[in-house]
Amino acid sequence: MITKRHFAGVAVLAAAAIALAGCSSTASSSTTSTISKAKASTATSAAAFGGMKGLIAAANAEGQLNVITLPPSWANYGKIIALFEKTYPKIKINSANPNGSSANEVSAAEAQKGQSTAPDVFDIGTAVLDQNLDLVTPYKVSNWADIPADFKDPAGKWYYDYTGLMSIGYDSSKITKAPKTYKDLLGSAYSGKVSLKGDPTQANEAASAVYLAALQNGGSADNIQPGIDFFQKLKAAGNFNNVLPTQATVNSGETPVVLQWSFDNIAWGPAAGSAGNANWKVVIPSGSAALGSYYNQAINADAPDPAAARLWEEFIYTPAVQNLYLASGAYPATLAAMEKNKTVDAATLKTVGAPPSNFVQLTADQATAAATLLGSKWAAAIK
Amino acid sequence: MTAAVTTASATTTRGAGKTSRRRSAVWLGLTPFAIYVILFLAIPAVLAVGSGFFDSTGTFTFANFSAVTDPSFQADFLNTIVLSAVTAVIGAIVGAVICFALLGTKPDGFLRTVIDSASSVLAQFGGVMLAFAFIATIGAQGVITQLLVQWGLVKNVFNNFEGGTLLYQPWQGLVIPYLYFQIPLMVIVFMPAIAGLKATWGEANATLGGTRFTYWTRIAFPILTPAFFGSLILLFANSFSSYATAAALISQGGLTSLDIKTALVSETVVGKANQAGILALAMVVVMIIVMVAYSALERRASRWRR
Repeated sequence: MITKRHFAGVAVLAAAAIALAGCSSTASSSTTSTISKAKASTATSAAAFGGMKGLIAAANAEGQLNVITLPPSWANYGKIIALFEKTYPKIKINSANPNGSSANEVSAAEAQKGQSTAPDVFDIGTAVLDQNLDLVTPYKVSNWADIPADFKDPAGKWYYDYTGLMSIGYDSSKITKAPKTYKDLLGSAYSGKVSLKGDPTQANEAASAVYLAALQNGGSADNIQPGIDFFQKLKAAGNFNNVLPTQATVNSGETPVVLQWSFDNIAWGPAAGSAGNANWKVVIPSGSAALGSYYNQAINADAPDPAAARLWEEFIYTPAVQNLYLASGAYPATLAAMEKNKTVDAATLKTVGAPPSNFVQLTADQATAAATLLGSKWAAAIK
Repeated sequence: MTAAVTTASATTTRGAGKTSRRRSAVWLGLTPFAIYVILFLAIPAVLAVGSGFFDSTGTFTFANFSAVTDPSFQADFLNTIVLSAVTAVIGAIVGAVICFALLGTKPDGFLRTVIDSASSVLAQFGGVMLAFAFIATIGAQGVITQLLVQWGLVKNVFNNFEGGTLLYQPWQGLVIPYLYFQIPLMVIVFMPAIAGLKATWGEANATLGGTRFTYWTRIAFPILTPAFFGSLILLFANSFSSYATAAALISQGGLTSLDIKTALVSETVVGKANQAGILALAMVVVMIIVMVAYSALERRASRWRR
């Protein structure tokens, strides 16, 4: 508990420091009137507001920020939202549809276009984003250079925020011998116990479990068929559990093994305190490259609160928030720069473990091909 | 207020005033309900189905109908129909038996009142709550499942059904939770028909020399048959359109309502959102057939309730 409280304190200080650094660099900027909404909507950096101070003033004037599909237990978003509201007390965060999907973000932006309730910012999967690039507007955060070049759109329309690693979460009171690879899950000890976080033809997280199964069984990012074959074998062995895992089913022991992002497995275990399963353990399968999938940050081109949306992005890439992602078990986009600048929380990094040297993420084309294959083969394989 | 004024002025006109006035008052009374139905049922249904006839850029197309030829859609559609039919038949028979049994109790007696009110509550008890109640009892780690394991039945019907947990099979497993709201619904809709059997019919039967057997076979069953099948169809429609209970229990599709969700919200297989409209259309077609049959039977059944 003490370390957590310390950590939160450090986080607030760091955020304040960033904010201060932002205004000191633009000392001569205008301090009074905030810029118009039309101008804020097209601002591509904090400089358009006359620096961070101007951006904060404009965001404060808007007074609210609409975020969407950010579950409190996902990648520490509960703490991140709380920290934002603490740092900028004049801005209220409206968090819509926390358990929705990336597609829900797009449909909300389209359906509520022009209304004050439309989402301002997205935390969105790559496949959905690629089809909807006209929905987002470019913006570059102050520490744009800290985001590796292949983690961002050169124009600034989107930028990676964090990735989990595909992992096995298991209840150590039911599974006594820790699994090391996906192949271990075919054993009789796992009868009726292994579940996926959703339908791979629907959820990127579940699809990523299939992609890792491919890597684990001689496939590759270009060939995910071995992953589908693996789940077919798992089903034939009677080990596949068809129920949708939740914190409740993990606590009751109904889903003793869950294949999902490391940060989700960590969030359902002892990290959740009394609400979690104290016996829940997390394994990153060995024997193949680790598999991740970065999510993207992007700003709605029709954001009802354009300044607050930009302030949110500045805030997300502060070391304080990037460290909060890390504390959840997710690897933030600016991790390498943070290690270099010594702004990474060293204790947290030690707990979470260094990022894997052998890391695979499907490219947009590979993901499209994989999804097409899943669409035609998955339902029959799991029947 | 406007209504009152209109009615008052109508009374002063002569001729056909009486019937037209009554008709306009009826329409006026229906207006709030009609507006409600149009806003929250008709318009959303037309928009949802209509979306199936456009592609993602808004151009009119019939291409989305390819969804109907997808074998996994066909399998899931069949699952949905079988699940609805099985739960409707079992629910209707068990519910009808309960109604017959209740006929022997006093209409305002304790037992009848308790079962009536319990049925009204349980008929609405669906969704995530119901799903968790069954996970806790007959899921892989459920109380009953584990009790059977303790008794030596390590592989029993609940944890080893076609190589998986019974409760999580797309149609077989859902039969049990669905019956939990289907049987009470049957009691609610069928009880008025059974209670409407008039004592005088029994007396007439006895006077004419009939037995109890001829009363049931020649009088009661023929009268109740349309009501029974009407209720059966209502139960079918109820199962057919259920979504939340199945969504909480089954993660890998298997029912048409779940396929619609997948098409709408998928983040992996993107760009299929408009196919959801065609899947919805397929469900609407089945519902229209069912509802037309229901209203025909209801018309026959209500003849005897006047």
